[in-house]
Amino acid sequence: MMKVVRGFYSVAHAVKTCRPNVISAYPITPQTEIVENLAAMYANGELENCVYITAESEFSAASILVGASATGARTFTATCSQGLILMSEVLINAAGMRLPIVLVNTNRALSAPLSIWNDHQDSMFMRDAGIIQVYVENNQEAHDLIPQAYKIAENSKVLLPFMICMDGYKLTHAYEPVDLHSQEMIDEFLPPYEPVAKLSVDKPLTFGSYAPPHIYMEFRVALQNATERARKVMEDVFKEWAEFTGRDWKSHISVENVDDAELAVITLGSITSLVRDVVESLRREGKKVGLIKLRTFRPFPNDEIRKALKNVNKVIVLERAVSFGNEGQVAIEVKNALYGKSKEIYSFAIGLGGRDVPRELIVKIIDNVMQGKVKQGFHFEGVQEFKEVIP
Amino acid sequence: MRYFSSGHGACPGCGLPIAVKNVLQALDGKCFVVNSTGCLEIISSQYGKSAWGVPYIHSLFENAAPVAAGIEAALRALGRKDEGHVVVFAGDGATADIGFGCLSGVMDRNHDIIYICLDNEAYQNTGHQQSGLTPMGEATTTTPVGKLMPGKLGKKKDMVSIAVAHGIPYVATSSSAFPADIRRKVKRALEFEGTKYIQIHSPCVTGWGVDGKGGIIAAKLAVETGLYPLVEFEYGKLTRVRKIKDRKPVEEYLKIQRRFRHLFKHPMGKQIIEELQRIADENARKYGLDVEKK
Repeated sequence: MMKVVRGFYSVAHAVKTCRPNVISAYPITPQTEIVENLAAMYANGELENCVYITAESEFSAASILVGASATGARTFTATCSQGLILMSEVLINAAGMRLPIVLVNTNRALSAPLSIWNDHQDSMFMRDAGIIQVYVENNQEAHDLIPQAYKIAENSKVLLPFMICMDGYKLTHAYEPVDLHSQEMIDEFLPPYEPVAKLSVDKPLTFGSYAPPHIYMEFRVALQNATERARKVMEDVFKEWAEFTGRDWKSHISVENVDDAELAVITLGSITSLVRDVVESLRREGKKVGLIKLRTFRPFPNDEIRKALKNVNKVIVLERAVSFGNEGQVAIEVKNALYGKSKEIYSFAIGLGGRDVPRELIVKIIDNVMQGKVKQGFHFEGVQEFKEVIP
Repeated sequence: MRYFSSGHGACPGCGLPIAVKNVLQALDGKCFVVNSTGCLEIISSQYGKSAWGVPYIHSLFENAAPVAAGIEAALRALGRKDEGHVVVFAGDGATADIGFGCLSGVMDRNHDIIYICLDNEAYQNTGHQQSGLTPMGEATTTTPVGKLMPGKLGKKKDMVSIAVAHGIPYVATSSSAFPADIRRKVKRALEFEGTKYIQIHSPCVTGWGVDGKGGIIAAKLAVETGLYPLVEFEYGKLTRVRKIKDRKPVEEYLKIQRRFRHLFKHPMGKQIIEELQRIADENARKYGLDVEKK
């Protein structure tokens, strides 16, 4: 049913149809309205066989889900920014224990300085946690990814936490028409969670053993293997979703106008829509520009990126985060994927801490690269004159 | 399989297995165990060598309480509540220091769990560093004795009063030197719905500096001197205490343990012993520990 809803609701509604058993969260802007929506559903008795717990911190919220997931419950939480970082110790632990917790991160900048506005610094910090990480372009995509996230995370070949990243404010607060799932539809798509191992008195198991050097490494290999296996499981589920809904759902990446392109722009998240618009108008002017939207960040789609850029010489990476002391995280990954291929790679950090990224800025970046006006490597774009206090 | 098998790695004379076995026995093994990082976890949960015959989970150092809350919530949501009780075993550091905020949240929301604090009065697993439950005057590696310092200066954190202040249904202290007391209190705790907090004094032979049999002797003296009163609160009201006949002076407890021995030589030792005696006397007054002489 098509309805104009806020991003928050598109997530909460989708979570409800997935029949979660335990939801635990702590409020943080710009995530709060997701769990407020779920709390209201809980208060109205709309969530069957479900316990909703408002924890005293994100750390405890995630810990509650560790216990619940290990007991065989389907779990959900949402957070962002400082909350995600506070959760990080637990989420890393949950990945090691192979618990398929699904969370939504409403991307927000990290302090200091304090900022409640959007960038991707928070989720990028979780790059090496062993959790699946995907970015959505709009609220329909966020809505659609929730049931798929459970199906992927709970697959016995995977069993990993799954983090859906949606841009804070830009998506969370936006009203968009969203084709909302019906309960019958999700009941058909998503089977109940059948854990391969769970805490039970009848068959007592030990979870969270400690591992001395003679066995620790094997568990980390298993974690890597699970993350690698997730690639194929995700592809299959994405394909199944496309067939199930009749939507053009794409896969780990979406490749648009790249076949004959001299230059391709790589984006992730909500800015993709703006960049697509720019790319399409530049093509109307005869400029051979293409777009690659990165959906899956972990596992990183190396092969797909390499294949998509086979005949493209110039690559621009636009991203909302920085690995300080090097460059943007996505650019680092793209360079790794293209190792041995001689491409010109230009990476730009834009829109940090909610800084507006106007259309003209994207046009300027693309024009400058096409005309050879900027060097390869890393740049900040859209920064004003600023006298540093230190030194 | 036994609830907690032999072959675990605890030191001879360790108080932890005594406490754990008696708790599990009182629960007839019908329970889910959540264990914080620490001594108990390390001696019992090595991969491939688990000592646990009941479902067991260890997540992190500071989150045992919310993990237990999550298990309890899941059991309710999945209609499995009758399967067993959820019981936490956490050390004193995990309880009173690093996991304090998490535990407060759980007690505040009154999740239906039994929280057992295994109180050996320092971070013993990592070699005897002070925690919030280390008593005054104890020499630890982070509160060492020196020319200026006589060991820990601060008092033992009053976790019992803090637990009581949360308004949870049942709060008690017990001791590995009194196994029947542990079993009785766990059974009593089962009669309440909500968070139950039981703090069990548990000797550490290496940390306390006693031999294999000395731990239990010391733990018994802790009770008999009034330094570790065995008490019970139901809904905030003191309902029962273990009375002491001829309460012993604290020196008898202190002098047999290496962790306190310096107090008998250090310039500040006398003052600290006096303060510890004052604490024991105050415990006796507050809880009515002394048997009245007729």
